[in-house]
Amino acid sequence: MSISTVQDGVPAVPAPGPETVKADKRLHSRVGLLTVSPSVLALLVWMIVPLAMTIYFSLIRYNLLYPGENEFVGLENYYFFLTDEGFVHGALNTLWLVGATLLISVVAGVLIAVLVDTPFWGRGIVRVLLISPFFIMPTVSALVWKNLLLHPVSGVFAAVWNFFGATPVDWFAEYPLQAIILIVSWQWVPFAVLLLMTAMQSLDQEQKEAARLDGAGPIAIFWHITLPHLTRPIAVVVMIETIFLLSIFAEIFTTTGGGPGYETTNLAYLIYSQALLQFDVGMASAGGLVAVVIANIAAFILIRMIGKNLTEKA
Amino acid sequence: MSMLTLKQSRRLQTVLIGGLAWLVALAIFFPIFWMILTSFKTEIDAFATPPQLFFTPTLENYVHIDARSDYFHFAWNSVVISFGSTLAGMLLAVPAAYSMAFFETKRTKSTLLWMLSTKMLPPVGVLVPIYLLFKDAGLLDTKTGLVIIYTLINLPIMVWMVYTYFKEIPKDILEAARLDGATPAQEIVRVLLPIGKGGLASTVLLSLILCWNEAFWSLNLTASSAAPLTAMVASYSSPEGLFWAKLSAVSTLACAPILIFGWLSQKQLVRGLSFGAVK
Repeated sequence: MSISTVQDGVPAVPAPGPETVKADKRLHSRVGLLTVSPSVLALLVWMIVPLAMTIYFSLIRYNLLYPGENEFVGLENYYFFLTDEGFVHGALNTLWLVGATLLISVVAGVLIAVLVDTPFWGRGIVRVLLISPFFIMPTVSALVWKNLLLHPVSGVFAAVWNFFGATPVDWFAEYPLQAIILIVSWQWVPFAVLLLMTAMQSLDQEQKEAARLDGAGPIAIFWHITLPHLTRPIAVVVMIETIFLLSIFAEIFTTTGGGPGYETTNLAYLIYSQALLQFDVGMASAGGLVAVVIANIAAFILIRMIGKNLTEKA
Repeated sequence: MSMLTLKQSRRLQTVLIGGLAWLVALAIFFPIFWMILTSFKTEIDAFATPPQLFFTPTLENYVHIDARSDYFHFAWNSVVISFGSTLAGMLLAVPAAYSMAFFETKRTKSTLLWMLSTKMLPPVGVLVPIYLLFKDAGLLDTKTGLVIIYTLINLPIMVWMVYTYFKEIPKDILEAARLDGATPAQEIVRVLLPIGKGGLASTVLLSLILCWNEAFWSLNLTASSAAPLTAMVASYSSPEGLFWAKLSAVSTLACAPILIFGWLSQKQLVRGLSFGAVK
């Protein structure tokens, strides 16, 4: 997090000019400063206080089950966290969850956005149906998928499998991580569709028509006109989804509880279970910081890629 | 096979594309459709194998919804928390966006980006201290606690969104008001709010949607007295006996208002969700 960029609002040199203009400018900058500071201060406190506490906790032995033994242990918590069996699983599962969902939502998002770009009967309704899952609360989508669709006995998928004479799959036992990726993708593909659909509307139709007259086929048009036009919105989708996908929690909490074993434990869930199930505050804090570092590496790369783009237009 | 004229082939193409689009849309919407359908089944029907598309619908899951699950208690919590933190968020975000849009300095852009970067702080990174601070302050399982958290996590998005709307308002209008002797507070209330009300309304909607559906802090910081609908639904993950029809009814009611909000405001939401990058 770039804390160094926090100072806001104070112009370095007052603009030259008559006395009144100068006073006016000063009043201006004071108003500007005054109105922005509540938000900046709130966010600053929100970032710094808990983060400082996390750092402190991560350096002491602190288990809620054994009060009083809070001696300084240096990097011991980090050592235990990073060498814990759960960490490797957690990191890999996080990577899978984020990577697979991103890939699915970008590919499906682009294809669907292109598909619904040409006019056809009932397009408005189709669009509404397509984006709906994004507005369903995570706990609801997780439970609906788990109990009504993927259930190995009475789920809809089981019925389809039976219909074709196949043996129904017990998704959460055999493919738990894939099942979660499926649920999460179902929630986030609509987000990509929503953004890319909107972005498609600003595509220059004349350019497309000209290319068509020049004899370009649909694939060439998609590749050379549509896709370049969507680069920026795709980058935005990737950035926003990464932020949310790194912290996927409710979907795991309500379906598998991280299991079987560590198979569906991501970093968020791992830290939760260490803090609130095993009460090991020290180790959970070390884990929390590891998660912060990972998120920041991702954020750094993403903001570098997209940040400039974002503010240019904003 | 006879040759198709160009017009016919175009029409065929449209029909094919439309048909495919409808198929995809129906497939994606199916889980929601199925949830709504199940909410009108008896528990026996809901568990039947194979799942039934045709059945005798019943309203019993809705009629008894409160007696069975204390639905209104949780729904009320969701309402209070969502509206409370949206109000608090707007009170903070509107002045900040006003400052950034009309008193732009060299620092404005980096401040905006910094605000965005606070969204990168994964909630688990601060779960432990927030939990302990809340425990000490008596905020665990309180609506106030969740309002504070939700306000802070959504503030960057709200500032950013209002900022992009304010940015489109010509500065001259403010200058005119200022020449008439308007104070900054009057500028905001009498000039900006009326002009920007469409954008502000969609910011409010987005905040309500995000608060209503938030499910990390609500699961970790509430037990029962302040638990919103997300947490209530989660408590169904390990229930006893037949409950799927009941779960579906509760879920349908919990999602309906937000689904409708989302449908109504999809265009404006894009801007907020993309931090103004896609319009």
